[in-house]
Amino acid sequence: MERTQAPPVQKLRIRFAKRGRLRFASHRDFQRAFERALRRAGVPVAYSQGFTPHPKVSYAGAAPMGAASEAEYLEIAVTEECDPPAVSAALDAALPPGLDIVDVVVADHGSLADRLQASEWSIELPDAPFEALAAAVEAFLAEPVVEVQRMTKNGVRTLDARSAVVRMAVDPAGPTIRLAVRHQSPTVRPDDVLTGLRRLGGLRDTAHVATRLAQGPLDETAGTVGDPFTPPR
Amino acid sequence: MPVESLFPRLEPLLPSVQKPIQYVGGELNATVKEWDEPGVPMVRWALMYPDAYEVGLPNQGVQILYEVLNEQPGVLAERTYAVWPDLEKLMRQHGIGQFTVDAHRPVAAFDLLGISFATELGYTNMLTALDLAGIPLDAADRTDEHPVVIAGGHAAFNPEPISDFLDAAVLGDGEEIVLAITEVVREWKAEGKPGGRDGLLERLAASGGVYVPKFYDVTYLSDGRIQRVAPNRAGVPWRVHKHTVMDLDKWPYPRKPLVPLAETVHERFSVEIFRGCTRGCRFCQAGMITRPVRERSISTIGDMVQTGLEESGFEEVGLLSLSSADHSEIGDIATGLADRYDGSNVSLSLPSTRVDAFNITLANELSRNGRRSGLTFAPEGGTERMRKVINKMVTEEDLIRTVATAYSNGWRQVKLYFMCGLPTETDEDVVAIADLARKVIEIGREVSGRRDIRCTVSIGGFVPKPHTPFQWAAQGDHETVDARLAKLRNAIRSDRNYGKSIGLRYHDGRPSIIEGLLSRGDRRVGAVIRTVWEQGGRFDGWSEHFSYDRWVEATEKALAGTPVDLDWYTTREREYAEVLPWDHLDSGLDRDWLWEDWQDAIDEVEVDDCRWTPCFDCGVCPQLGTEIQVGPTGQKLLPLTVVSTGAPTRG
Repeated sequence: MERTQAPPVQKLRIRFAKRGRLRFASHRDFQRAFERALRRAGVPVAYSQGFTPHPKVSYAGAAPMGAASEAEYLEIAVTEECDPPAVSAALDAALPPGLDIVDVVVADHGSLADRLQASEWSIELPDAPFEALAAAVEAFLAEPVVEVQRMTKNGVRTLDARSAVVRMAVDPAGPTIRLAVRHQSPTVRPDDVLTGLRRLGGLRDTAHVATRLAQGPLDETAGTVGDPFTPPR
Repeated sequence: MPVESLFPRLEPLLPSVQKPIQYVGGELNATVKEWDEPGVPMVRWALMYPDAYEVGLPNQGVQILYEVLNEQPGVLAERTYAVWPDLEKLMRQHGIGQFTVDAHRPVAAFDLLGISFATELGYTNMLTALDLAGIPLDAADRTDEHPVVIAGGHAAFNPEPISDFLDAAVLGDGEEIVLAITEVVREWKAEGKPGGRDGLLERLAASGGVYVPKFYDVTYLSDGRIQRVAPNRAGVPWRVHKHTVMDLDKWPYPRKPLVPLAETVHERFSVEIFRGCTRGCRFCQAGMITRPVRERSISTIGDMVQTGLEESGFEEVGLLSLSSADHSEIGDIATGLADRYDGSNVSLSLPSTRVDAFNITLANELSRNGRRSGLTFAPEGGTERMRKVINKMVTEEDLIRTVATAYSNGWRQVKLYFMCGLPTETDEDVVAIADLARKVIEIGREVSGRRDIRCTVSIGGFVPKPHTPFQWAAQGDHETVDARLAKLRNAIRSDRNYGKSIGLRYHDGRPSIIEGLLSRGDRRVGAVIRTVWEQGGRFDGWSEHFSYDRWVEATEKALAGTPVDLDWYTTREREYAEVLPWDHLDSGLDRDWLWEDWQDAIDEVEVDDCRWTPCFDCGVCPQLGTEIQVGPTGQKLLPLTVVSTGAPTRG
């Protein structure tokens, strides 16, 4: 029998991190873990109506599998007013270590997804020579278009990795590439940029770990990524 | 000395393999202990389920032992699963050994490697794991430095085909015996490992509860049959007995179910509501080797469900057993749980295939919160005669009345389980399944007034198993099985009125032949398994990896020069006097009772359930000093005052 679900009274926005070995969790893996954590933490999440009610959770711009992140976002609807710091602590305790809640706020009126315009990434390449990386970054930024190919479920896809890159530089520590990437369609992932860098710089395919450091509104002139929890002025 | 984690070397390989999350561990409720604890000689177990993580993680047996062992001070248990061929290849390239998912420690560094075999089709995966771990495949080649490799699970009731690769095997319930083995290992280590590896194995064997294959010699007759199985040293008993946990309320595990990040085959919290089954279905190895029936009480079940949901965050609860509707207080359990979780999104499931109206009452109760999609019943045989042979006491009237109740209660689909290739089976017994399905649809349309109801017929190939009355039976050859299934398919398809409402699911008969070889094989089959593995055999339980031809070729090669072959092991009927490879392993069942039951099967004579009728002397209770433990306790489940853990999230 179909049951009536309690209506939502509040929306909460959550920033969370995907760290260490849990960077290998896919978005679907995370969704299942998060929905279980909501129940374990006793968060009064709202459910959709119907025969198979689903918890009301909106996910925005998930990092690709294999990438770590300090700045993933989602929004949940709850059926009772909640205290954000308490939700944050309870959810964090209910999630496995490595999936960590960073911040919870009550949603304001603007759309969260609309504010996630760009990402700040770091790509650590412990086995790559700094000079060669620096040269590759310079060559990449000098190109108007850098076409790369990526394997998808539907075969090989070609996309331009250059147009999304707002800013990119190499830090000799690591060495690590820091870059700001505009969210556009098709999505340009750090791996796509790396593919372009490797080709242009003649770099070997060495191990790397990409980490999303921030996600939010893009300041086009400064090339910086802001905080999506701050309403635009 | 601490052991280093293999993870730093594994991590760079993970982006290139399918579903890397399955190799990283870090599940909710997983335990990682220090390698050493001050002042205690540690005993360290690696527990393996020899299939992919997605199948192995939910396994109850491994989860129970993992928790039971880790609760003890001075004991460490970690889990390991079969790695897919893509990672296996990379691990070989980079010299990375078989690892545990908990702390990524090398399996080779543990004292014991316990492998749980729910099915024989995991044997080749065991060889991959041993080889990757750097543990010699042959138990005879291992030294004091290698883990003791112990098999458990239902397939371990005939471990002879893998006896070359095992140091030991354990029969029956694992909860108590793993702790006993742990203490033997601890003492042996504390004493400075007297007698080396064999010294330890002798201590284990002397208990009569651990089978050490190499302490037994098997001799053969010239025609290939076994002449004798006998201990080859002093202090080793002639027979090894199975273990039975008598009070399940004392062992309420898993308490803290493992909750994986990765998607697995069962996404629910499962509670075993009883162990054992005495319905006496003659094909059913599980029902024979887990006797007697031991119920968990309604209050323990209620507590386990509550804690399990809180600890896991699962939304579905499965009430497991071999025939869950048979619990003496199942009605109160179902109603009590349905009341407790009414208004929540928790769903309850009861895997039961009993063909009666009570089963539907239960299903109605448990589906209060959800949709009435499908119900499953298992008549197993197409004709009354066939059902008498297998002792499945269901008449056609029972079945029709039951499905009529189901359809009139709003259930839209009925699934029926049958077997093909049963002893004495004829074409008519199988084609009769089509008539039965037709009658099911006919009554379904009548009582529901709808034409969109469905019936799915699902057919499994019968494989004779050790420790059952059919252990002497000839397995049906795959040509006959496939021909009968083709006739059944044609009979269903050609029916204009009902054919479109009947679905048919079945597999070809060839994999069952290999399962039959491994189930009733003896020590000579070890060479076949090794050959298949050397030729690349992996994941034999997966149709996309299983190769019948590879098994047949390996059988011809490995058994060349012996009087036995694939047919000898599978389609040959055995005589009473023949020594069976597992006769020295005591499941408690009296061999003469099994033989009488086999004769009764041929004569189409049924036997009752000893829970409700007098004992029929199967032998288990007196042989093992056990007894039936069933309710009713008369207790009821009280409503929960606090449903969630009460986290202070509400403002």
